[in-house]
Amino acid sequence: MSLLIEQALNGVQLGFMLFLLAAGLTLIFGIMGVINLAHGSLYMIGAFAMAWVANVTGSFLIAALAGLLTAGAIGMLMEYFIIRKLYTRDHLDQVLATFGLILFFNQLTVLLFGRQPLFVQIPGFLEGSILLFGDVRYPVYRIAIIAAGLLTAIGLYLLIARTRLGMLIRAGAANRDMVRALGVDIRLLYTVLFGLGAMLAGLAGVMAGPILSVQVGMGEQVLILTFVVVVIGGVGSVRGAFVGAMIVGVVDTMLRAFLPQAFRQLMAGPDADALAAGFSAMGVYMLMAFVLLVKPKGLLPAHG
Amino acid sequence: MTLKGFVSGAAFALLSYAPAMAQQPVKIGMVTTLSGPGGYLGADMRDAFNLAIEMEGGKLGGVPVQVLVEDDALKPGQGKEIAERFMKTERVKLLTGIIFSNVAGAVVPDVLDNGGVYVSPNAGPSNFAGKECHANYFVVSWQNDTLHESAGQNATNLGFKRAVVLAPNYQAGRDAISGFKRFFKGEVLGEIYTRLDQTDFAPEMAQVRAAKPDVVFQFHPGGLGITFARQYQQAGLLETIPMVVASPSLDSVILKAIGDAALGIHISSHWNSDLPNAANKEFVAAFQKKYGRIPSYYASQGYDTARAIGAALKGTGGKVDDTKAFSDAMRKADFQSVRGDFKFGPNNHPINDWYSLRVERASDGNLAIVTKAKILENHSDFYAKDCKM
Repeated sequence: MSLLIEQALNGVQLGFMLFLLAAGLTLIFGIMGVINLAHGSLYMIGAFAMAWVANVTGSFLIAALAGLLTAGAIGMLMEYFIIRKLYTRDHLDQVLATFGLILFFNQLTVLLFGRQPLFVQIPGFLEGSILLFGDVRYPVYRIAIIAAGLLTAIGLYLLIARTRLGMLIRAGAANRDMVRALGVDIRLLYTVLFGLGAMLAGLAGVMAGPILSVQVGMGEQVLILTFVVVVIGGVGSVRGAFVGAMIVGVVDTMLRAFLPQAFRQLMAGPDADALAAGFSAMGVYMLMAFVLLVKPKGLLPAHG
Repeated sequence: MTLKGFVSGAAFALLSYAPAMAQQPVKIGMVTTLSGPGGYLGADMRDAFNLAIEMEGGKLGGVPVQVLVEDDALKPGQGKEIAERFMKTERVKLLTGIIFSNVAGAVVPDVLDNGGVYVSPNAGPSNFAGKECHANYFVVSWQNDTLHESAGQNATNLGFKRAVVLAPNYQAGRDAISGFKRFFKGEVLGEIYTRLDQTDFAPEMAQVRAAKPDVVFQFHPGGLGITFARQYQQAGLLETIPMVVASPSLDSVILKAIGDAALGIHISSHWNSDLPNAANKEFVAAFQKKYGRIPSYYASQGYDTARAIGAALKGTGGKVDDTKAFSDAMRKADFQSVRGDFKFGPNNHPINDWYSLRVERASDGNLAIVTKAKILENHSDFYAKDCKM
């Protein structure tokens, strides 16, 4: 039982990480109609900025702030100089250009930091693990990730549902041309929104820093799963991204954790382990295919 | 004709017994992993390969060579494409460089079918070591299983009885687990297969904790190994369940990244920077001088591969086109390896000694990997008996 709870927590924690990435990706696609493959690069930039500042200053909080701001600033610069030219182009051009950006950012990071991964300590106040209940122990840092993800989700909800910026975002997702026609400075809105999405990706990178290895190419590893989340949740919908992220996080973790045991009831140990590993790797993609079959626009599509 | 040209012309005439072909640099195609989390493995291997050439003044075995390097990005398809381009447009006969067994699986048969020679500086998958062995396929590093057989023997020597084993679900990962099990005399409680692109091991950590083994064996090369070792420590498992690994899961880069967490991990390897032979001392000093870092075992293998190729080129006077003559010269392995004595077994895979290593704090306060004892001597691999050339 305690194993089940621990694995469920692992799933939820993965879900929050994916949500931070997927929220930015889905906002940018939903409002601006841009497929941004370089979203993973912003995650990497956040992690690298955070790791570098943490090693120079020794302070986790300053480093986290630096990671967020760097990712946000680079996101806005990216929008201003490159993405802006792509709004009127078709998706193939956007994919090509943002794929080029991935190569650019990866090579730039190699030049600046080298190929060897950077290392960040977990800050002292988040170290160790605590007893939740019964005999379930869980690392404090991972609880902090869940908390930060939850706060961000609430913050995003309030921003979108309660503020003027949020109103424009919702309006933009529903009918872009009408917002433009009503005289809203759409360019500024786009830049701000892109910066916001980049900052969310940066936040995911900052939080991943101390538990994963900070290295070139870390963005692409997580990007594919992020796209799965966006597709399952419904493109353009932040609520969908949240639901999708939780489903993908929990399903992926549970399959990895418990499928081998289930298969072992049916066949010999080593065969079961190997086969289960294969099936659990496919799990979320089969889930995506199933969702697309039943609800082609995703679980909670942004508009109709 | 200038004086300089005249002199070099005269020098050429003096050496005229050497075939004219030898004056054209021999092209060596290097397909390796330079990007992504496994990128530093290929980079270390390449740097040491180039170092060996540089130490001979642009030559290997007295023959001028030119190395073409391209990044396979850990994608088998991309590796195959590069190898085909090398062979078709650059007329390269001699290829090397692959780090990961899944890339080797795609590239090596292609090279051999096209009449080329492949010399592996790292990957030694089991499927090419037995029945499928080939006269023109050499592995300078090790057969995958043997790495982990040494870890299995190490765990047996240390008296562990109940193990959980973890490795990524690809050729080298499966080789790792079968190798470990072959020499581990205790009970294997569970085999956990991870993914080659996995970044978070929390679910696996929970499974390990639930299984309550008295030892964990894991194989995670490059960035995977860093993440795994750190999360193992963060989950509080390092204090309770000792870890036994082979060198890919704890090289000098991983050591730097995980720091004190590495103290106490049981490692086994065929090479270490402190091996006392003269060739190794020369190599480690030259590598540190040129690149300012301690060579990893990937570097040692890159260096040995270059020297092995050098010995073969010397044997044929710089000719590669006659692959049979080249392979015959290669098989003699007439070079000073940084591991000490070096020879190829019947399947062109090396016969290695294996050592147990520990991470210790050196007198200058830095962590260092220190050789402790010999685990296996003149150890050949399990598949050699199936190889009929």
